[in-house]
Amino acid sequence: MLRLLSFALFLAIWWIAALFVGGVKLPSPPAVLQVMMAEAASGALFLHLGATLARVVLAFVLAMSLGSAIGYLMGRVKLADRLGDPWLILLLNLPALVVIVLAYIWAGLTEAAAIAAIAINKLPTAVVTLREGTRALDRSLDEMAAVFAMSRWRAFRHVVLPQLAPYIAAAARSGLSLVWKIVLVAELLGRPNGVGFEIGVAFQLFDTPRLLAYSLTFAAVVLVIETLLVQPFEARSTRWRPRAA
Amino acid sequence: MRLEVDITGKTFRSAAGETHEVLAPVRFSLGVGEVGVLVGPSGCGKSTMLRIILGLDRDFQGDVTRPPNARIGMVFQEPRLLPWRSVEQNVRLAAPEIDEAKLTELFRILELDAHRSHFPGELSLGLARRVALARAFAVEPDLLVLDEPLASLDDALAGRLREEIATLVASRPVMTLLVTHSLDDAVRLGDRLFFLSPRPARILAEVPIAIPRAARGEAEIAAIKAGLVRRTQGERAGRDVS
Repeated sequence: MLRLLSFALFLAIWWIAALFVGGVKLPSPPAVLQVMMAEAASGALFLHLGATLARVVLAFVLAMSLGSAIGYLMGRVKLADRLGDPWLILLLNLPALVVIVLAYIWAGLTEAAAIAAIAINKLPTAVVTLREGTRALDRSLDEMAAVFAMSRWRAFRHVVLPQLAPYIAAAARSGLSLVWKIVLVAELLGRPNGVGFEIGVAFQLFDTPRLLAYSLTFAAVVLVIETLLVQPFEARSTRWRPRAA
Repeated sequence: MRLEVDITGKTFRSAAGETHEVLAPVRFSLGVGEVGVLVGPSGCGKSTMLRIILGLDRDFQGDVTRPPNARIGMVFQEPRLLPWRSVEQNVRLAAPEIDEAKLTELFRILELDAHRSHFPGELSLGLARRVALARAFAVEPDLLVLDEPLASLDDALAGRLREEIATLVASRPVMTLLVTHSLDDAVRLGDRLFFLSPRPARILAEVPIAIPRAARGEAEIAAIKAGLVRRTQGERAGRDVS
């Protein structure tokens, strides 16, 4: 209910602002909706959204699994931490644009280059978060698992993983928002389809309704995925915690 | 099958860089069916000794020989349950082979039936301690290590649990090591009592209790306790004189 109200407020502000600013710079909501419907009817909207989503999924899964594994290793093994730390600092502070441009130069304007570039941008934050999570693991529970001779996998699944779950959720949450932002840049610079590509075209033609139609549909998809996928996972992984009032 | 403990020393380096001696030479052994009790002042190094015996701490001088492939049941000083798993899952994770009948029986004895599906965060400390006991019993251990398992329980429950421990120890060939502050627990459960000195811990006296556990009535227990108190006071008096 409250969410709906806040959405209505957003629409109202937009509409009023559109009345003041005028047509070309900020079209009104119905104008944007009209473009959205037209693009959807032609199928282009779904094609571009699909392409973008596929890239997001691939890059996200790649970065999360690799980043989690590296972060866990760096949290557990001091040598890995020492060796990996300079790389991590470099990657953390490297602008996304540099990675994307270099990836396109080195690997060509290919799908693999785009996905790798997006994944590399997200990777270090996952590593850092999981490393912190691993450092915060409760040693006394490790000892318990050792005394009761739990197998490695059993201990990892029931003792370690639940402790890491909030960190994984946090990495997924911040990582997903990072990927959403970067994927469009990667598409703008070097892909022939996707929401980023369409926004690039709209920018060149100064076609604000089209630009807004694509960005808002994209934002809506992000919102749906966050509510339907990320939040339930977070809630599940922390259900044993007493609820905050 | 015996547990042989021969620790010749253990030092600990603090963050400030000083070395502290935690354990002096300690040597004892424990056979199947025996309950050894470590009694000593708090902070004397009992928990360190247990960690060494369990193989969790390998940074010490000396030798500890556990029977090969011994199954260990351990009750830690704090319950150390997995907060994200239910009571039943906590027990089953430690003892995957336990059958339903045994588990039900164990929960009945420890009065945990009503709490099977609760999470540890929803339990009182007393209940959590009982779950920790259930977990240690459920693995049907060859070596049972109890680190002050009855602390902070009310007398009636502590008494019942003490009897349960005694029953379990009698029902299976198990070596048991109990750490306690309570002379009462020590005398009621122990076959051999090891009195430890303040840090660095060494064994001041080893006192066997000749009467079998089952035959110890209240009168015998009182007599043994009185004897022990006399003895420790005598030792203290002797030291004061010298």
